[in-house]
Amino acid sequence: MESIPVEHGLILAAILFSIGLIGVLTRRNIVFVLMSLEIMLNAGGLAFIVAAARWGHAEGQIMFLMILTLAAAEVAVGLGLIIQMFRRYKTVDINVLSEMKG
Amino acid sequence: MIALFYIAAIIAVIATVAVILQTNIVHGLLYLILSLLAVAVIFYVLGAPFAAVLEAIVYAGAIMVLFLFVIMMLNLGQHTRDQERKWLTPRGWIAPSIMSAILLGQLVNVMRQIDYDIVPAQVGVMEVSALLFGPYVLAVELASILLLAGLVAAYHLAKTK
Amino acid sequence: MQEFIWLLPTYPLLGFLALVLTSGRLPKNIVAIIGAGSVGLSFLTAAIIAAQFLASGEDYFVKEVWTWMAVGDFTPGFNFYLDGLSLVMMLVITGVGFLIHMYATGYMADDPSYSRFFSYMNLFVAAMLMLVLGDNLVLLYLGWEGVGLCSYLLIGFWYTNPDNGYAARKAFVVTRVGDTAMALGLFLLFAELGTLNIQDMLHAAELEWEVGNGLAVAAALLLLGGAVGKSAQLPLQTWLPDAMAGPTPISALIHAATMVTAGVYLIARTHILFELAPSVQMLVAWIGLITLLLAGFIALTQSDIKRILAFSTMSQIGYMFLALGVGAWSAGIFHLMTHAFFKALLFLASGSVILSLHHEQDIFKMGALRKKLPVSFFSFLIGSLALTAFPFTSGYFSKDEILIAAHGLEGPGMIFFFGGVLGAFLTGIYTFRLFFIVFFGESKAAHPPEKEYGGWNMNGPLILLMILSLVGGFFAIPLDAVFGQHEEHHVSTLMHGFMIAVPLIGIGISAAFFYFKIWSVEKLMASSLAQTLHKFWHSGWGFDWLYDRVFVFPFLWLARINKADLVDGFYALIVEISRAANSMIVKTQTGYIRWYALSIAAGVVVLITVGVML
Repeated sequence: MESIPVEHGLILAAILFSIGLIGVLTRRNIVFVLMSLEIMLNAGGLAFIVAAARWGHAEGQIMFLMILTLAAAEVAVGLGLIIQMFRRYKTVDINVLSEMKG
Repeated sequence: MIALFYIAAIIAVIATVAVILQTNIVHGLLYLILSLLAVAVIFYVLGAPFAAVLEAIVYAGAIMVLFLFVIMMLNLGQHTRDQERKWLTPRGWIAPSIMSAILLGQLVNVMRQIDYDIVPAQVGVMEVSALLFGPYVLAVELASILLLAGLVAAYHLAKTK
Repeated sequence: MQEFIWLLPTYPLLGFLALVLTSGRLPKNIVAIIGAGSVGLSFLTAAIIAAQFLASGEDYFVKEVWTWMAVGDFTPGFNFYLDGLSLVMMLVITGVGFLIHMYATGYMADDPSYSRFFSYMNLFVAAMLMLVLGDNLVLLYLGWEGVGLCSYLLIGFWYTNPDNGYAARKAFVVTRVGDTAMALGLFLLFAELGTLNIQDMLHAAELEWEVGNGLAVAAALLLLGGAVGKSAQLPLQTWLPDAMAGPTPISALIHAATMVTAGVYLIARTHILFELAPSVQMLVAWIGLITLLLAGFIALTQSDIKRILAFSTMSQIGYMFLALGVGAWSAGIFHLMTHAFFKALLFLASGSVILSLHHEQDIFKMGALRKKLPVSFFSFLIGSLALTAFPFTSGYFSKDEILIAAHGLEGPGMIFFFGGVLGAFLTGIYTFRLFFIVFFGESKAAHPPEKEYGGWNMNGPLILLMILSLVGGFFAIPLDAVFGQHEEHHVSTLMHGFMIAVPLIGIGISAAFFYFKIWSVEKLMASSLAQTLHKFWHSGWGFDWLYDRVFVFPFLWLARINKADLVDGFYALIVEISRAANSMIVKTQTGYIRWYALSIAAGVVVLITVGVML
């Protein structure tokens, strides 16, 4: 019988998450930052699906659906913010949003 | 089937790395769609066809199209790509990469201790739906309210004064 | 009706609240109605209560309203105690108080802080009534501090001038010295006798302490400290002349008629305690005598109309203290009452003069006001005659009683008698010096008055007070039940004639100098001795100078050298550390979103590390 070790699926999720994190920390273009956030969220969803497969349950998929909804809402709001920011600052450089510094 | 899992995993990782290295946003977006489709394949292999279909339709479809719309609205041209090249200095990558590598190392270190093999078994739409509209109906309602809130917020934020 | 004695302080308190809560948004005529009307209502109630109390023939009456606090055996109540003494006090406070309030409605008419003025005045009357009606020393102390607060607020009423604020602070701090002594006295009495209810306390003192007991002496001394501070007697007298910085009705009400006599009331109220400590009682007499003489000499040299009256007040309270000291309790209270009439009259009349001359207070810039200010003239005439104990005016009867009682005392009685007569002589000179300079001679005013300031609401109280100053001596005040039957003193007709003649001689000397100009002040002042004396007396015997050197400068010096003290240094260190930590943390707040994300990631790494290691 073919089988996949659970840790392989989880490690894949961890790798995708880490790549997303690098993207968030490195990119200055706010659109890329938002895309990297999507990668991280998706990695979280993948971890849930792997866990669901390990137990053979459907609950993991439901959690994935929740993450999907969350991602959709977050992208809608985030893109709205990006549009507003571009209108005001005429740039997508995230560093211009540093007026709150102490 | 197992081979398909590993192939899809490699494609996903490569495509994702390509996303964060891109200077052209549209290219990056296309790599991201590729990565999401690869993950959808993995979902299918792991016995979650419903999740795989949603990943393809909602994530790779709807959300990415939304991105595309915004990118078109912003109309970022050659100027932005030059700027991206300037921003992406090798030195900027070092600290985040080290940080992420440490985090990844820790996660892998924890996960290595799990010793269990998945025998993929189909958990189809019916089981998921039965749970969704049974015990988790409240979660569905919450999700719908979240989407509604996102809708209102997005409308308000993107509105021209 | 006696049941309703609690209404007395309640009316002015309600008036105070109404004026304070509307904070000057009411029109002036309504403020005047609330301000003066509440005191008028109090007076009406007091008059009815007094009539019923006297008709009932009871010695005293207690109305328990509620228990203020209950801590073990210590249960002071909001209880009102009415006897002959508090009856006199309450009628004087509400009656004279009402007249002064009425006068003030005219006097303050142009002041922008009209409502604030009447709110303070009402609060003062409420506190003063609490002081004289309270049946325990705690309630008395509440009123005591309340009138002190109002005195402070009203002296500094025109607070935009820093000098007034300084005078207010001086009055507050100097009386605080006495108040502290008094508080200690209350503690001592409670610790030793277990109660602060005045009557119970006095009975317990009579039972437990024999005459001359050390504790009785200590308690009486401490209470005397409070009385001396409030009544501006030696050695705490320096605040009263400066207190004239307040509006003139305040000087009349607080610093002549009522508050400054609170010390006299306190000693009379606790007279049994003073009888148990004869040495302290003798001290009271000496303080009174010395103060009345010192103040008399100072008043001879002053040129500010209100300061002259202030020193005269100090001197008259000295007479009251003298009366208390020689055991003539009712004579002291009698003089308190007549003094309230004629000194209020004099102050209010001086207020009319000051306003008519556009805020001129220097008597040498007045003169020839007799025709122009007839009401003030007659007020001053009658007030001055009463003050100098001219026969058959009110002051004559009360001062007479005091001097006769002093004369009848064994031992130093003759010193007190002749000292008092000398004081009366000085009173005659300085009072009529003021009178002749202001109302006769040539006009030296910068802005001569066209007509007298004030309408019926200012002249009415003056006329009423004139009548009271004339006939006040015929009032029989019901004090025998309070102080016990006092023995009648008698002096020979020759002595009596001497007592009457001396103030008249003083008036005559004054007239010779300032009216007939037979003698010249300039010639008198030519000698260097006279000039030195004048300077010395003008500065109030140098008490301010002395206290500045003995207390104020050393205190300021100590404060200065101790400015950077150790304790402060410790707290400053905490501030410095907080500042340093703050500036460090501020540096982490770069405002860059990626920096914050990095911090979160680093935190996660640390958390997982900790979780794995454990």
